[in-house]
Amino acid sequence: MSVTTEQLADVATLARLKLAPEHSQSLTHAFNEILSLVDQLQALELESVKPMAHPRDENQRLRQDLVTESNAREAFQAIAPDAQEGLYVVPPVIE
Amino acid sequence: MSWEVVIGLEVHLQLATESKIFSGSSTRFGAEPNTQASAVDLAMPGMLPVLNEQAVRYAVLFGLGIGAEIGQRSVFDRKNYFYPDLPKGYQISQFEQPIVGRGSFAVTLADGSTKTIGITRAHLEEDAGKSLHDAIPNASGIDLNRAGTPLLEIVSEPDIRSAEEAVAYLKTLHTLVTYLGISDGDMSQGSMRCDINLSLRKPGSTEFGTRTEIKNVNSFRFVERAIASEIERQSDILEEGGVIIQETRLYDAERDETRSMRSKEVANDYRYFPDPDLLPVELSDAYIAEIASTLPELPDAKKARFQAEYGLGEYDASALCDSQALAQFFELTTSRAKDPKLAANWILTDLLGQLNASGVKLQDAPIQPEQLGHLIERIKDNTLSSKMAKQVFEALWQGEAQGNVDQIIEARGLKQVSDSGALEALINEVVANNPEQVAQYQAADDGKRKKLIGFFVGQIMKASKGQANPQLVNQLLNKTLG
Repeated sequence: MSVTTEQLADVATLARLKLAPEHSQSLTHAFNEILSLVDQLQALELESVKPMAHPRDENQRLRQDLVTESNAREAFQAIAPDAQEGLYVVPPVIE
Repeated sequence: MSWEVVIGLEVHLQLATESKIFSGSSTRFGAEPNTQASAVDLAMPGMLPVLNEQAVRYAVLFGLGIGAEIGQRSVFDRKNYFYPDLPKGYQISQFEQPIVGRGSFAVTLADGSTKTIGITRAHLEEDAGKSLHDAIPNASGIDLNRAGTPLLEIVSEPDIRSAEEAVAYLKTLHTLVTYLGISDGDMSQGSMRCDINLSLRKPGSTEFGTRTEIKNVNSFRFVERAIASEIERQSDILEEGGVIIQETRLYDAERDETRSMRSKEVANDYRYFPDPDLLPVELSDAYIAEIASTLPELPDAKKARFQAEYGLGEYDASALCDSQALAQFFELTTSRAKDPKLAANWILTDLLGQLNASGVKLQDAPIQPEQLGHLIERIKDNTLSSKMAKQVFEALWQGEAQGNVDQIIEARGLKQVSDSGALEALINEVVANNPEQVAQYQAADDGKRKKLIGFFVGQIMKASKGQANPQLVNQLLNKTLG
């Protein structure tokens, strides 16, 4: 399994990472070295092994449906970069 | 050429829990922005989600309600994408092992036929926050009150073939989930939102055409219109030999058209993986059986029972079973009135008419089933004519006499006069005072007589201040006039 520099650019876009063009070659190479480890894993015979969703062999504990949180807007917005009229302010997003 | 329409729907249903799916924040609608967003909902570092038991219970109840396989082991995954109203940068959802597997339910179409629509799966996930684009100049405002509200995403098979079927499916689903009590189903508050997957293919073809997805349509009417306009758009392209691009589109209700969401042009890759913050959910047989024991009577079963037990027609039974509250109103009314057909008429015509006209919801109606039942009782024992009964109904609606039917009848002097002695006296008086009309009547043939008798009935009703029993008046008049 290996990726091209174009695929690397796509992955960077999905992850919102800015890639400097001069790093593209070396990063693709490094990426592919990691993927070669995945190839080793892919080669294992896993048909009979149940997929593991979590390293801890336990089940999720559930909580009762109770409102336990109260309004802490002031504290949260005090550390926000910008808040107005109770809203968190972000650069405009218009579809 | 005509195309076969293939539609699959994804419904996002807000579950009626008190608190959020992974935090103890309130889910109440309409609060001041960000006053119901805790550290977990805001994705503060180190916060861990803890699953709400009620959300699990509601999902299982839904699965049991549509006869689906219940995922006794289900897993939560991270669905990764960036948007300002999604603070974690991922949505907790379920991908490979959802809590509800395959199921189905039948929908009734306008022509009376039924069609079974398959459900591929239903899974639990958290809602995102809301982005407000016109609250703050040159910026977007983010309200995270909705972030973390529990959703059940219900995915249908591509079994739907028209806008009509899509709307019938959604209405049936809406009735079902409100019966189950797992959602308030209030579409105006976004409790039920719908994504439409739509493609066209040549009739008889077994392969699907390229589909588009129309996001976030939030009313039955808009679903119908969005589908119609997307069918037109796709068939225009195909007729001209073009190709459909697989993409996400938005329905613009004002222009009645769908348009492409540009930001989603880059093929989305959500890079799902199991969320390490949450362990797999295991449900025991006993737990599922316990939930099954709380299943209420579902709409179809209730409809069938109303027809069998009360002798109602298909239409009345169906209309009464439209909501559990209405069906219960009917049963309580009937238990007093002892006349299902009359009770059905009063509820479907007078009560619903009054509710619609005044914009009042059934649960806030000023008339209780017991009172309506009492009113119908007084029609049946001939105390009230149907005209008088409508006056009493009006008085009940206004809350007169603390809603006591007999007191209203007494206070308004509405008792129907069914005493033939008293009526005969009135009739004789009217006949004596109108010799001309009597002569006319006696000279007329049967056809004309039917019209002319109305004059006498009117005079007698007037003389009795509307209290004479009209049927009896007719009988007695016929005898007197010969």
